[in-house]
Amino acid sequence: MRTRLRKWSLWLGAAAFLTLPLASWAQLSTFDIETRIGAESHVGNITGHAKDAKADYRRYCVGCHGVLGDGNGENFPWVDPKPRDFQLGVFKCRSTPTGTLPTDEDLFDTIARGMDRSNMPQWSTFTKQERADLVAWVKHFSPRWANEKPGAPITIPPEPEVTPERIKAGRDVFARVQCWKCHGVQGMANGPSAATLTDDQGRPIQPFNFTEGARPKCGDTDRDLYRIFMTGLDGTPMPSFADNIKPDEAWDLVFYLRTFMRQHSKEKELAKQLGLKPVDPNAPAPAASGQQ
Amino acid sequence: MRKRSMRSRYNFAAVLSAVVLVCCGALISNQNVSAAGEGKITGTVKLEGTAPHMRGIDMSKDPYCVKASASAPAHMENVVVGSGGGLEHVVLYISDGLTGGALTAVPSEEPVFDQKNCMYTPHVLALDINQKFKVTTSDQTTHNIHPNPNPMTGNIPWNQSQPPGAAAIEKSWKATEWIPVQCNIHPWMHGWFAVVKGPYATSDASGAYTINNVPPGSYTVTAWQEDLGTQTQKVTVAAGAAGSANFTFKGK
Ligand code: HEC
Ligand code: HEC
Repeated sequence: MRTRLRKWSLWLGAAAFLTLPLASWAQLSTFDIETRIGAESHVGNITGHAKDAKADYRRYCVGCHGVLGDGNGENFPWVDPKPRDFQLGVFKCRSTPTGTLPTDEDLFDTIARGMDRSNMPQWSTFTKQERADLVAWVKHFSPRWANEKPGAPITIPPEPEVTPERIKAGRDVFARVQCWKCHGVQGMANGPSAATLTDDQGRPIQPFNFTEGARPKCGDTDRDLYRIFMTGLDGTPMPSFADNIKPDEAWDLVFYLRTFMRQHSKEKELAKQLGLKPVDPNAPAPAASGQQ
Repeated sequence: MRKRSMRSRYNFAAVLSAVVLVCCGALISNQNVSAAGEGKITGTVKLEGTAPHMRGIDMSKDPYCVKASASAPAHMENVVVGSGGGLEHVVLYISDGLTGGALTAVPSEEPVFDQKNCMYTPHVLALDINQKFKVTTSDQTTHNIHPNPNPMTGNIPWNQSQPPGAAAIEKSWKATEWIPVQCNIHPWMHGWFAVVKGPYATSDASGAYTINNVPPGSYTVTAWQEDLGTQTQKVTVAAGAAGSANFTFKGK
């Protein structure tokens, strides 16, 4: 045990030295991780087993996410944003509140979807069983699942009809909670705070630019957009607004975000007809109307 | 006031409990037992030598912040030295010697961490494990409050927005850790949640502090300062009396 520990600390020490400016918090050994090889996932009526994903992980994921799941795979130096460190149990794409674990479905969807504007590929060729096994495997790296349950997914009410009034109201929400401080008044990722943003490991990170035609990492349906700003992207500056935007207002905001996007949409059309102007960054702070 | 468990395996505490039991009889069940032998630790924290320069903060990213801080321009708060060399925002806690209820009791007060004039007040908020605290905003601009603990400790990072007038956020931490907290919208906003186990204090503007609710015994007291590190001292507290420990950090 002692020599094993020392070997690992040397190894980790060397790894830590190599990646010094980007120091990783992860510190678990294979021994530690092996104790959780029994981890499971439950997606619909499928049960995933970590042990069944070992081969797939080694073949398809290890080059980026690393043998220890700490994101320190051989591609680490060349990849930006960095591969996720699974030992930390902190994930961007969640249906659950900020600071809580994602559901198994969240991880299941993420693996198939991939993450746009990153090296995380889309994995649509796995069977559902294989994907569920990979979810269990991802979970087995972090002690968090042994001690905590995933958060309760937020409820998303049915999507209302898009109207010009809703788009205008959405612009007011965008102004009131000041998304533009990071994303810019036209969604071009050039707000006054955009230049100084860093992720939880201190690496520079850009806000999402709505106008470039890129897809949000955590999905590009209207429901995905709703979920993204209500739960936040943990590990990044993108905060949760769940306490400060009411469900109805959240749909208004989704519609307003669509008007920035390059892709053609009904919202874009309506905004044009309305002659909708961007919010004025110098206007005094709007009244706090959205309190619950 | 701290609630305290009577179950202690140590003879000393058992004898003390027995004495208290005899004295107070039935009253005990509803009362705070510790008051009888309660002591405290007091002292002052000073900085010796030249205080490092705390540069002024440029808030021009946000006109609201510029206006809000116009009457009292803000400076960095890593090392805050008051008159007479008193060092503010130092966290003092008992790092060794506490046992039983004195160690595990969780204070019921809920301290407040406020966002005011685009700064954190207080700059360092000391907390016990599992002690609830509130994050509030007094500002007319949106903040995002983003503590960044190491998840391997059991403390989990979160990131929530607080627009003007937003309700308080109530939280707690699971493990001892110095947790940096940041606002990404206003990157100069930087503070700490100092999570310790057992009674603690934070030094005031004159460097003075008092750790209350300390049962009689011999302890190691640790002083933590975010830039200057930690120092420790041995202190003995007699029943109902105050132990004393003064700390001196060296300026660079
Ligand atoms: C070419 C490198 C690469 C490969 C191969 C790769 N990933 Fe990733 N993965 C990444 C990167 C980079 C991220 C982080 C992207 C970001 O933060 O925007 C990531 C993130 C993730 C996340 C976190 C999602 C979230 O919500 O935070 C999961 C889960 C994941 N990958 C699973 C897998 C699985 C399972 C495989 C193998 C089937 C795999 N990855 C293969 C690069 C890779
Ligand atoms: C403190 C700065 C900040 C604020 C305020 C902010 N965002 Fe973000 N946002 C970010 C960053 C940084 C990212 C990129 C995260 C990443 O790529 O991992 C992001 C990403 C996004 C994305 C894309 C997520 C994805 O899956 O790729 C959407 C949509 C979004 N933000 C919407 C909003 C909305 C709506 C608001 C206001 C309600 C808002 N943001 C406020 C910083 C911010």
